[in-house]
Amino acid sequence: MILYKAIVFLPLIGALIAGLGGRAIGAKASEYITTGLMMISAVLSWYVFIHVGFGAHEGEGVIKVEVLRWIQSGGIDVEWSLRVDTLTAVMFVVVNTVSSLVHLYSIGYMHHDPHRPRFFAYLSLFTFAMLMLITSDNLAQMFFGWEGVGLASYLLIGFWYKKPSANAAAMKAFIVNRVGDFGFILGISGVFVLFGSINFETIFAAAQNFLPAEGAENADVVLNLFGMHLDKADALTGVCLLLFMGAMGKSAQFLLHTWLPDAMEGPTPVSALIHAATMVTAGVFLVARMSPLFELSPDALTVVTIIGAITAFFAATVGLVQNDIKRVIAYSTCSQLGYMFVALGVGAYGAAIFHLFTHAFFKALLFLGAGSVIHAVSDEQDMRHMGGLRAHIPITFWMMFVGTIALTGVGIPGTLIGTAGFFSKDAIIESSFASHGPASGFAFWMLVIAALFTSFYSWRLVFMTFFGRPRASADVMHHVHESPAVMLVPLYLLAGGAILAGFLFHDYFFGHDYSHFWKNALFTLPENEILEEYHHVPLWVKWSPFFAMAIGFVTAWYMYIKSPETPRTLARQHHVLYNFLLNKWYFDEIYDFLFVRTAKRLGTFLWKKGDIEVIDGYGPNGVAARVVDVTNRVVRLQTGYLYHYAFAMLLGIAALVTWMMLGSSF
Amino acid sequence: MTDWPILTTVTFMPLVGVALLLLTQDDTAHGRRNILNVSLLTTIITFIVSLFIWIGFDNSNPGFQMVEKHDWLNSGIAYHVGVDGISMLFVILSTFLMPFCVLASWNTIEKQLKSYMIAFLILETMMIGVFVSLDIVLFYVFFEAGLIPMFIIIGVWGGKERVYASYKFFLYTLLGSVLMLLAIMAMYWQAGTTDITELLKFNFPAHMQTWLWLAFFASFAVKMPMWPVHTWLPDAHVQAPTAGSVILAGILLKLGGYGFLRFSLPMFPLASDFFAPMVFALSVIAIIYTSLVAMMQDDIKKLIAYSSVAHMGYVTMGIFAANVQGVQGSIFQMLSHGIVSGALFLCVGVIYDRTHTREISAYGGLVNNMPKYAVAFMVFTMANVGLPGTSGFIGEFLTLIGVFRANTWVALFAATGVILSAAYALWLYRRVIFGALEKESLKALLDLSTREKAILYPMVILTIFFGVYPAPVFDATAASVDLLLNNYSAALKAAQDVALSVQ
Repeated sequence: MILYKAIVFLPLIGALIAGLGGRAIGAKASEYITTGLMMISAVLSWYVFIHVGFGAHEGEGVIKVEVLRWIQSGGIDVEWSLRVDTLTAVMFVVVNTVSSLVHLYSIGYMHHDPHRPRFFAYLSLFTFAMLMLITSDNLAQMFFGWEGVGLASYLLIGFWYKKPSANAAAMKAFIVNRVGDFGFILGISGVFVLFGSINFETIFAAAQNFLPAEGAENADVVLNLFGMHLDKADALTGVCLLLFMGAMGKSAQFLLHTWLPDAMEGPTPVSALIHAATMVTAGVFLVARMSPLFELSPDALTVVTIIGAITAFFAATVGLVQNDIKRVIAYSTCSQLGYMFVALGVGAYGAAIFHLFTHAFFKALLFLGAGSVIHAVSDEQDMRHMGGLRAHIPITFWMMFVGTIALTGVGIPGTLIGTAGFFSKDAIIESSFASHGPASGFAFWMLVIAALFTSFYSWRLVFMTFFGRPRASADVMHHVHESPAVMLVPLYLLAGGAILAGFLFHDYFFGHDYSHFWKNALFTLPENEILEEYHHVPLWVKWSPFFAMAIGFVTAWYMYIKSPETPRTLARQHHVLYNFLLNKWYFDEIYDFLFVRTAKRLGTFLWKKGDIEVIDGYGPNGVAARVVDVTNRVVRLQTGYLYHYAFAMLLGIAALVTWMMLGSSF
Repeated sequence: MTDWPILTTVTFMPLVGVALLLLTQDDTAHGRRNILNVSLLTTIITFIVSLFIWIGFDNSNPGFQMVEKHDWLNSGIAYHVGVDGISMLFVILSTFLMPFCVLASWNTIEKQLKSYMIAFLILETMMIGVFVSLDIVLFYVFFEAGLIPMFIIIGVWGGKERVYASYKFFLYTLLGSVLMLLAIMAMYWQAGTTDITELLKFNFPAHMQTWLWLAFFASFAVKMPMWPVHTWLPDAHVQAPTAGSVILAGILLKLGGYGFLRFSLPMFPLASDFFAPMVFALSVIAIIYTSLVAMMQDDIKKLIAYSSVAHMGYVTMGIFAANVQGVQGSIFQMLSHGIVSGALFLCVGVIYDRTHTREISAYGGLVNNMPKYAVAFMVFTMANVGLPGTSGFIGEFLTLIGVFRANTWVALFAATGVILSAAYALWLYRRVIFGALEKESLKALLDLSTREKAILYPMVILTIFFGVYPAPVFDATAASVDLLLNNYSAALKAAQDVALSVQ
């Protein structure tokens, strides 16, 4: 029991020590303490992963550790507790491994920063919140973790608080996430109304009563949601969609994605940890965790599939033309999250978590590699000012190369030779083909096209950065240097994961040992046979991601190595399309016009017109003006004649008596 | 302990301080010192003694405890006090906030310090009196008398437009009070008693409930304040001295919510049920409307004042959702808001004392030279936003769930407050705290002094403590809230049965 508490609370202790005592103990001590505690946590996580996932731990496979009472109000009976099953154990490994490596890397990367204790405190705080999220036993604690990682993300994006752009990005991230949370909190309320509880055990047990096809008795209205009278199946769909809205915000899915690219304003290790490997996958985790609900609602799953597919495609198109090295990877993350949601949507929960797992390795590798590049070229992020760096920073180059082949999914279909992304991404693409869902055909083609684009922009990034002639100034080129060992060691470890994670674990996550590994952590209906069916897709389907990848590679090679003028010519010829992509489909502009400016204008209008003119004008100020009028007249009434006063008094008494009689007759 | 009249002691203990203050003089530095020490000691001792109320409180008893009753002139009106789970914590909140008010006024009040402190101590007695009264006339006296010190505090020690603000404050509240007085008289004629415990058992006829409910509503809605009778609050806050704002936001706003829970819901259940949709509508408008208005303010205090109105929208909504989550959430939200908004006004006071401006645009980059202040302000901002782990979350979360059970549309609109509160609060924080320190006037500002730390740090701790471990509050309120709601639904059901049998 103490083991699980240690994993979750060691990062919190680290955060408190560095955050509150950072000044007292100094930057070095803060770094070592937080990183050391994170490492312990990571090692324990691997132990738990092996124990829970592969151990002889049969039966239910859920461990519950109670920590403290939290909210008790009627049917809401929520505790702080740690729930550990295979899904949690997988997330433990992902979160703590990447987090400890990012901590280590940051010792080198943030070397010159005067605020290192604060930085490490935030990183550890983030890790704690993320761990609370994945160990939650109820929706409220999950929401705590959910918002906690949001807070940490906000603090870290705005870490360099002197930069206005960083502050703006931090705010944007928090507020856009809150739009998702708006749905999430309503979803939690909906779950409470349907199940009378927000504890997972109760919900999952009761979810069975919502199985469709029971006949007429299911048609009773169980929830009146926004004017719609919903029976059990529809009510479940409604609730799932609300929860999914939360997932869309956190995982930067289409329509709520705008914050993620801007979040790159934060220090690069933050992007690797929060905006690639862990926090943004919280939405995927949420849907997987709630699989007992989603699995019963085919309509909600269809929506998940569609949104995922659109995101995968949309983000990949934008990634094609970006020039900021971090933004390319950010859009890539967005796109890969789309893949995961498609997997969830077609019922291949294992494949989604598998991709989450492998993606964490290679995407963290890419980000940290990009950080190493940025570090080398004096904080330049624009790839147009890079080029030819291969010879100067060879280790970084090879690490980025490994990340790229893992992301693009290099491997030979039909064999077990391949990088991590090859196993997990192909599993998703094949599952989407095999699925019988109404949107699966659409999703399949979107994902294949996205795979092509992924390959193109990934190689474009490599070619623009490391190949060709140097485009940086001579001064910068003179200073180019390989990163120190403290930054390279994390890269080696992640590169190991990026190559091997797929090969080693595919049987467990989404293969023969599926049920032995997951136990009951992921719920699938008996008729969901995607695990079996995805093996039997036609050969061309298995090869399609491979061809997409190859075409992407060749195109990138042609455009950035063979004939470097082509991109410019193309951009000129199709400048409308080019600008459309470069400006990210104009989402920021549209949202600014629709929401930001409208809200501001409305706020000013309600204040100036509503409060000041109408309410105050006719209210107190109006009354005051009338009072002045009346007193003026009263002055005229003071005539001095006694009978005037007597008459007024009589009127008063009459009024009083009348009122008293009326009053007592009530 | 049982015989000791603890409620009377706590209620009138501040008046002992007043008596002592009358002996002091405020024209010398030495005298000022005495005044401050006497006031601080009085409020701290009162707080400590009031904790014995909580210690002695029996959580399992849903009725009134520590009751004292003395007839008064055989008039039927009695000096009758007691607390139940709904009122007890408000007493503690009042006594808790007072020492901070005294500390916040330490250097800032230059003229007539003695009268100022006397006004505050009298105000404290009145506020505690409201929460412990079990006689409706006594309640009314405390309720109204509390206005006078507040009116004076704003009118004498306020900012430039203090007269307008205090006049507006008075006009609004007077309007409501008159109607409430009429309702109280009508209730007396009808039920023949002014005893609240008796009135709670009395069934007022349905048509009468409507009128009584409306009369009480007029008074409580102004106090909350609910839209559209909220415009006195921003002005009052802006003009009031820091400590005045703390009490205004921390306690006086809670009188309305307390009134709804003590009178409207239990005594006029039919009318409450009938008018609930209207309250929902006003609450939702308050949340959205005032959040938007808050966003566009350029005065820090006004912004926080508007955000208070929005937060009170959650309270009214939760109360009239009339289920466990709604009502408990509302009580929690009021207590939490008492701490958080009080703390936010204290935060504003910290920088106002240094620069004498409340213009947001006059600030920027304070994190550079005031990091400790930035941390404290961040905690309260996040609590204001309703971040889980702070006390602000729990009330918001429960009221939303409560109202979702009652009406999903209301929950939908109210939940937009989740987004809007983040927008205005973070924007404020960004403009005041973040950025580079470029303005000359700000470069010499010092971080929190020891006195300011003593004010803000306990609040930070409580904000997080009650966010992580709110159980003490729920334990204390659960029994009384259950009783309230059982009676409420029983009354509704009885009325329904009557209606059916007539048909």
